[in-house]
Amino acid sequence: MALSKEQIAQRIAKEVKDGYYVNLGIGIPTLVANFVRDDIEVEFQSENGVLGMGPFPFEGEEDPDLINAGKQTITALPGASFFDSALSFSMIRGQHVDLTILGAMEVAQNGDIANWKIPGKMVKGMGGAMDLVASAENIIVAMMHTNRAGASKLLKQCSLPLTGVQCVKKIVTNLAVLEVRDGAFHLLERAPGVSVEEIKKATEGDLVVPENVPEMTF
Amino acid sequence: MINKKVANVTEACKGVADGMTFMLGGFGLSGIPENAIAELVRLNVNDVTCISNNAGVDDFGLGLLLQKKQIKKMISSYVGENAEFERQMLSGELEVELIPQGTLAQRARAAQSGIPAFYTPAGYGTEVAEGKEAREFNGKMHILEHAFEADFAFVKAWKGDTAGNLIFKGSARNFNPNMCGAATITVAEVEELLPVGSLDPNEVHIPGIFVQRIFQGERYEKRIEQRTVRKK
Repeated sequence: MALSKEQIAQRIAKEVKDGYYVNLGIGIPTLVANFVRDDIEVEFQSENGVLGMGPFPFEGEEDPDLINAGKQTITALPGASFFDSALSFSMIRGQHVDLTILGAMEVAQNGDIANWKIPGKMVKGMGGAMDLVASAENIIVAMMHTNRAGASKLLKQCSLPLTGVQCVKKIVTNLAVLEVRDGAFHLLERAPGVSVEEIKKATEGDLVVPENVPEMTF
Repeated sequence: MINKKVANVTEACKGVADGMTFMLGGFGLSGIPENAIAELVRLNVNDVTCISNNAGVDDFGLGLLLQKKQIKKMISSYVGENAEFERQMLSGELEVELIPQGTLAQRARAAQSGIPAFYTPAGYGTEVAEGKEAREFNGKMHILEHAFEADFAFVKAWKGDTAGNLIFKGSARNFNPNMCGAATITVAEVEELLPVGSLDPNEVHIPGIFVQRIFQGERYEKRIEQRTVRKK
């Protein structure tokens, strides 16, 4: 069975280690916070100026002066801090953030990523994504393996305008966990019940398949 | 102390004219200069360029200026929440320069700091880099970005004093401090304007030297864009 969005987030949460500062993008990445083990210390950074982001507020306690990068009302945990946008991107470009998790429309086998524009159709803008992917050492992409039309999102080359070049290291989709290395996608794990054949069929780019591909555990 | 206080938003916006470039603080609808935006709508200044991370929503924030087609060009990083914006952009009525969020913040900060240009890795290899100088530092490619030039910066703070010192609240801080002093004239509107001596100098986020005019804002709506809550 292909994973749900929640399960993708749950699998990615395993990559979050004790002591990490983590930036979560909008969409599936936001859900990762719900699945991080509670016996480790992790701080979530929101690029609009919050470090130590907490859960959504209780009903009636929403504060318009406290939102995350998705413009959702949030809370701040004890020990949190607020700062301006320039300082926020000093954390990001200065590589003080340990892990960046973001969504994508396309990823290429050389690590290129596209996630901000479909020419003539949809132009939302890159927000902080270009700063994040240009700087982070550790980037995980969370996305569905194929788009709504059923076409692969793991490509030889991106067709959409790029967000960053040669930067994606790891991808978790509804079908698989893959590493991007040496100009190819390397299959690491498959979703429970999903065959290597299915993953091959859904991957347009070059896919390296080792002899043994374990099923994901959560 | 030098007195930066002006009577109201009309005084604060004296000198704005057609064709000018404005910088506006705020992220989404959080920390936007609501009073200044309302005044710009009332003054009906046209053909303006706005530098702001977002473009508001259809009926609030900079969306109000878009509705009246007062904006000629927007410089932003993310405009996803505004259908009218997307329509004007795709139809070519509105000129749009989309730039990385960190670059936007740093171009403001550079203008504030007297730094004409800087190199950043953000956008290298993308269409953002087109026509820009690229250079390698420490084995990594960067592109040259320039400081903004603007006539007015409109910012919103939580508290301020008549000397122009500012304190921001929560994530409503965002681009506001970076834009102070980044334009010819910086106009700060505050929820609470206090007499000099009321703010602890240790807690001032932006010193008054970066602010030319300060006024007591009125009737803040502080609209929430995405109300997300959990059950008790």
